[in-house]
Amino acid sequence: MPLLEIKDLCVNIEGKEILKGLDLCVDAGQIHAIMGPNGSGKSTLAFVIAGHPKYQVTKGSITLDGQDVLAMHASKRARAGIFLAFQYPTAIPGVTVANFLRHALKAQGREVELKDFRKRVKEQLQSLKIEESFMSRYVNDGFSGGEKKRLEILQLAILRPKIAVLDETDSGLDIDALKIVAAGINAFAQDKSTGTILITHYQRLLDFVKPQAVHILAYGSMVASGGWEIVERLEKDGYEPFLPKQEATKS
Amino acid sequence: MDKQNLEGLGQGYKEKYGFSDTEKHTFKSRKGLTREVVEEISWMKGEPDWMRKVRLDALEIFFKKPMPGWGDTDILGSIDFKDIYYYMRSSDKAVGSWDEVPDQIKKTFDKLGVPEAEKKFLAGVTSQYDSEAVYHSIQASLTKQGVIFLDMDSGLKQYPELIKEYFSTVIPAKDNKFAALNTAVWSGGSFVYIPKGVHVELPLQAYFRINAKDSGQFERTLIIADEGSSVHYIEGCTAPIYASNSLHSAVVELIAKPHSTIRYTTIQNWSRNVYNLVTKRAVAQENATVRWIDANLGSKLTMKFPCVYLMGRKAHGEILSVAFAGNGQHQDAGAKIYHVAPETTSTINSKSVAKDGGHASYRGLLKVYEGAYGAKASVRCDALMLDDESRSDTYPTMEVSESGASVAHEATVSKIGDEQLFYLMSRGLNEKDAMAMVVNGFIEPFVKTLPLEYAVEMNRLIELEMEGAVG
Repeated sequence: MPLLEIKDLCVNIEGKEILKGLDLCVDAGQIHAIMGPNGSGKSTLAFVIAGHPKYQVTKGSITLDGQDVLAMHASKRARAGIFLAFQYPTAIPGVTVANFLRHALKAQGREVELKDFRKRVKEQLQSLKIEESFMSRYVNDGFSGGEKKRLEILQLAILRPKIAVLDETDSGLDIDALKIVAAGINAFAQDKSTGTILITHYQRLLDFVKPQAVHILAYGSMVASGGWEIVERLEKDGYEPFLPKQEATKS
Repeated sequence: MDKQNLEGLGQGYKEKYGFSDTEKHTFKSRKGLTREVVEEISWMKGEPDWMRKVRLDALEIFFKKPMPGWGDTDILGSIDFKDIYYYMRSSDKAVGSWDEVPDQIKKTFDKLGVPEAEKKFLAGVTSQYDSEAVYHSIQASLTKQGVIFLDMDSGLKQYPELIKEYFSTVIPAKDNKFAALNTAVWSGGSFVYIPKGVHVELPLQAYFRINAKDSGQFERTLIIADEGSSVHYIEGCTAPIYASNSLHSAVVELIAKPHSTIRYTTIQNWSRNVYNLVTKRAVAQENATVRWIDANLGSKLTMKFPCVYLMGRKAHGEILSVAFAGNGQHQDAGAKIYHVAPETTSTINSKSVAKDGGHASYRGLLKVYEGAYGAKASVRCDALMLDDESRSDTYPTMEVSESGASVAHEATVSKIGDEQLFYLMSRGLNEKDAMAMVVNGFIEPFVKTLPLEYAVEMNRLIELEMEGAVG
């Protein structure tokens, strides 16, 4: 059974159809990269997997280990093992990172002893090169772009979901930060029971995190799927050759 | 602040606080307010003549004064003064040791955790059960330093001269109808005197509670910090749930002499039928600091505007308040600061949360008198609404008669963000917990000024308030 399976997914927002019959199948132990031009529906896909109430699924299915994901609300999906690293993480003023992480773990029924929690966090902070004072700052409040992305990766490491959807986690990072974030993703993906979906604009991230499969998402569905050769062709020729002819001429 | 290791504290809140003992009173005055009732109260307490006269004069003022013509006049108008007991006591006298406290009352306090709290870190506890203090203790070190921490009735017996000198000097009976009422029928409350240069390190703490149906609670508190001294006084209030209405009308007077500091913290969580109409006012003399820290949860209607008169040069006043208005509740809270002397400074920081059609108002007055040159004041009020049915109003009044003063004002009103809720829910929190987390974050600047166990309790109260917010 695939870990995450998306079949013929059609999604509307405010009456506009964004995803038009999208398919995706991620097995345990796999990293999938999803690339595509602006406005192709990449972030919509990420939000729909995580259960954002703003989007209406009009057709199709999403399953995690065979369970019907679409029947669950967002918090239940998180508890089932779905994690979304946000492209633009939201600030929660007055709530410390430590308090937030503890509550998230508790909500997911995986409350840990304070001592173990501190130890785990400390290790992760070191590998993400984050100062410990970070834990007493308010969630994403006044964070730089790079700090926000690192907090998403810290959550990934602490919450240890089954499937991680990383929405442009590489955007806005300098090369050093990118390497740190990539190391965090690799550490997560090392666990072969997990799956990872990388949504990205740039092949830059893929130099550090090697995907088993690469997909091009355009106009609401996958227009190409394959391996590393897709990345190479994209680098050489851009998105143009991948786009369906009539759609390409339209844009 | 590290709250993680304190999870579990304050659990079972309903069981802990929603109980009520069978009423068992040795004396019960009749309902309604007359000259005879007031005289009886004074006689029962064995008070000096001058206090009896103060009460009777105040009663005349109460009868003559009209109800306030502003604020939530509908709810105010629904108070039936004839249907209230004005004095009750549940044991014959204040007692000095825990052993002497009657068993039934002990059980109540056990549920409230009073003795534990004391064991942990409290400097002293005076607990008000209905209208009179029944348990009172003060640590030896405080007594040695000359600190007086008594219930007001005992204070009047032991230190009549001090009380005669200061009683009603900050809030005269004629100030408002409810101050007059309190002055006429007051019972209990605290009397605190800190001698010159004495710093009381640990907070003085009092618990108040209404435990009898239709009983009014009219506690009277007077705190005097003598020159160069400092004190932190905390009152935490919880009330059991009853069907008929209760009136809580307290008066709190603070006198901060030159170079002294008083911090007065209140966390009130009255049951939803209580009219909570309280007058709190402080006088800060030269270079003195007064801080009011005031959280209002529960009650049907709260009208409370802690006030500081900055009378001496370089006096400083701070008012930090939080109000939470749920369904059928009106929190009409705010702050008043009077800059009378030069170089006085003040900050007002008010936060309100309204949900399920609750109504939160900020009502503030900032007055800078001519001659208060160099005065600096800042007012900030933030309102958070959790749904479209709730209401938040701001009535900031500023009267500045001194051109050499600087005054800043900022107000924000926001609705809880869908994106914040989704972010938290995508981490596994359910909608109720996500809302509670956003609200707790919103009031964090307030909560972090509280001693740890109050902070934990406050966060827990918010979580309980959120219950039922979402289907």
